[in-house]
Amino acid sequence: MDKAYKHHEEPLMRITARSDMPAGKAWIIRVLAIVFALVVGGLVILSLGHNPFSVYADMLRGSLATKTARVETVKIAVPLLGTALAITPAFKMKFWNIGAEGQIMAGAIAASYFALYWYKVLPGPLLILVMLIAGAVAGGIWGVIPAIFKAKWGVNETLFTLMFNYIIIGFEKYLQNGPWIKEGTTYPKIDMFDQAARLPKVLGVHVGWIAVLVLTVVMFFYLKYTKQGYEISVVGESVRTAQYAGMNVKKVIIRTMIISGVISGIVGFLIVSGADYTLNENTSGGIGFTAISVAWLARLNPFVMIFISAFLAILSKGSNTIQTDFKIPASAAGVLTGIILLCMLGGEFFVNYKLIFRHKKHAELPKGGEEA
Amino acid sequence: MTTVINFLCAAVLAGTPFLFGTVGEIITERSGNLNLGVEGMMFMGGVAGIAGAYFYEQSTANPIGWVAAIIAVVCAFVCAALGALVYSFLTVTLRANQNVTGLSLTIFGTGFGNFFGEVLGNKAGGYVVVTSQTKEAFSVGIPGLSNIPVVGKLLFSYNFLVYLGILIAVLAAIYFSKTRSGLNLRAVGESPATADAAGINVTKMKYLATCIGGGICGIGGMYIVMVTCSGVWVHNCVNGYGWIAVALVIFATWSPRRALIGSFVFGGLSVLRYYLHLGLNMAQSQMYDVLPYIVTVIVLIVTGIRQSREHAQPASCGLNYFREER
Repeated sequence: MDKAYKHHEEPLMRITARSDMPAGKAWIIRVLAIVFALVVGGLVILSLGHNPFSVYADMLRGSLATKTARVETVKIAVPLLGTALAITPAFKMKFWNIGAEGQIMAGAIAASYFALYWYKVLPGPLLILVMLIAGAVAGGIWGVIPAIFKAKWGVNETLFTLMFNYIIIGFEKYLQNGPWIKEGTTYPKIDMFDQAARLPKVLGVHVGWIAVLVLTVVMFFYLKYTKQGYEISVVGESVRTAQYAGMNVKKVIIRTMIISGVISGIVGFLIVSGADYTLNENTSGGIGFTAISVAWLARLNPFVMIFISAFLAILSKGSNTIQTDFKIPASAAGVLTGIILLCMLGGEFFVNYKLIFRHKKHAELPKGGEEA
Repeated sequence: MTTVINFLCAAVLAGTPFLFGTVGEIITERSGNLNLGVEGMMFMGGVAGIAGAYFYEQSTANPIGWVAAIIAVVCAFVCAALGALVYSFLTVTLRANQNVTGLSLTIFGTGFGNFFGEVLGNKAGGYVVVTSQTKEAFSVGIPGLSNIPVVGKLLFSYNFLVYLGILIAVLAAIYFSKTRSGLNLRAVGESPATADAAGINVTKMKYLATCIGGGICGIGGMYIVMVTCSGVWVHNCVNGYGWIAVALVIFATWSPRRALIGSFVFGGLSVLRYYLHLGLNMAQSQMYDVLPYIVTVIVLIVTGIRQSREHAQPASCGLNYFREER
């Protein structure tokens, strides 16, 4: 025991928390993490016998060079950003909502119902409005159920929201194979929406891109400058503090998850009405999960999410290009996204903590230590 | 009678990938790491398993099925454990958020599996498939014993992975309740600060449990490729099995013994409709497939409301331990 104790008496290196890193330096570390990830990804590309530089250049060209490419890239980024914004208030509250995937689907199903069965009844703009509201309400309902159980009985929300994803996706498959199936096709699918149920375009992309940009600003102010936003932060930091301050924690949890679900539901509406013009089991297509990483890596800062979701959209669109040009499977997008996410998560450590080495500590002792 | 026996056998075969994933994740969560990367690690294990077997077959003139099978198991375990190692490094050493890291691992692993599955397929000219000897090794029951009527089919007709899975579950159950190291691991999961004060190496325990647990999940992924898909890499083959395993951990209330029951019950649920002749159409059977998730939600609610400490999630699960943060 003594020996072991002596050995640990003076560790080679110790770790302390820090909160004093200047924002600029922190972003340099994050960019370095991305560069590191691209180098790792480059090694994978190299191992397949391709030149990483020309592959990366091709990705950029394929996602940004032409107008069609840019439109496609923005189309991928819009739901990603919207969902990241949806998750943000919940995550700020430390409510681990990994059910955005299902909330998107709930919204998409509700919006599709009106698009498929009411397009003859309702006039164009009203139809779109009804679809929007239906999507928002359905997403909100699907999001608030786990929140109620969490608030009232402390039921684990991570797994609850996760299960809800599969239940609603199963329900979509039921609709696709039965009640909503397109007549006269062998493969079960849902019919394309009528023109009236499709979102208009601005600069080549459906208006959803303006909506999510506006939402970015709104979310920033909501979280930073409103009473409700403040309550979310307090509940997230410490439930007991919130209770002591007289906040109704249950109400905050339920209200925040309604907001989270509503925004996800609207994203579902944007996907079916703006991009796909139909509904299928891949409508949410993993966006709910990727968006969690987007929100977290942006440190829940809405403006930073714009860049991260754009970046991931470029990767995703670019991977389709390298599939045709280099015969590299498009799943490369998943690999690269994964590597980048994991590296950036690791990089946060160097922003939040400081390593102090033994000799360094000795050298600085006479000055009276560096931690204040 | 034969239908019942056939159904029970099919339930066991369908439940085994769940069993690997669930027991692996139980071991992981017992150390306080909620690794949501099970799906990703299953993909990694699956593709590494088939790659290992395939390259072995290509390297010799007369590949032996059993050798290929063992290579597949080892490759699957090692590859998935490496994924878990990345997770451990990020969450234990670099203290990244567990939920986000696990999800990122799933994104990475899913991409990894599909990417290399396709690269391997291109190399093999179309799609990658193992030899019939290897397939045989993954489907044959216990010789001799499996010929006994009824009992033989019910107990001894399965492939070796089924027995391996049951063995791992039983060993894990014994480990958690009967060994000092197992009790230490549970202490780490319940209260790392207390465990640390008692002289347990929290970091080492978390790393070991997460990597071994991850490796076991990987074998589950390989089972899907080698047994369920009969030795062919199918795009997106894991397809949510990992997430069901995460759900089953709750269903089993963090006990490997109940994981055995839960996995086979879920396996049974997933094949039941082929045996019941309910006359379900396509649409109704899609609703039927949702049943396991609804059952899980109910279990979640019941355990949540009862707040039973014995059947609860390990107290520190999902939280990182940082000694100086007290």
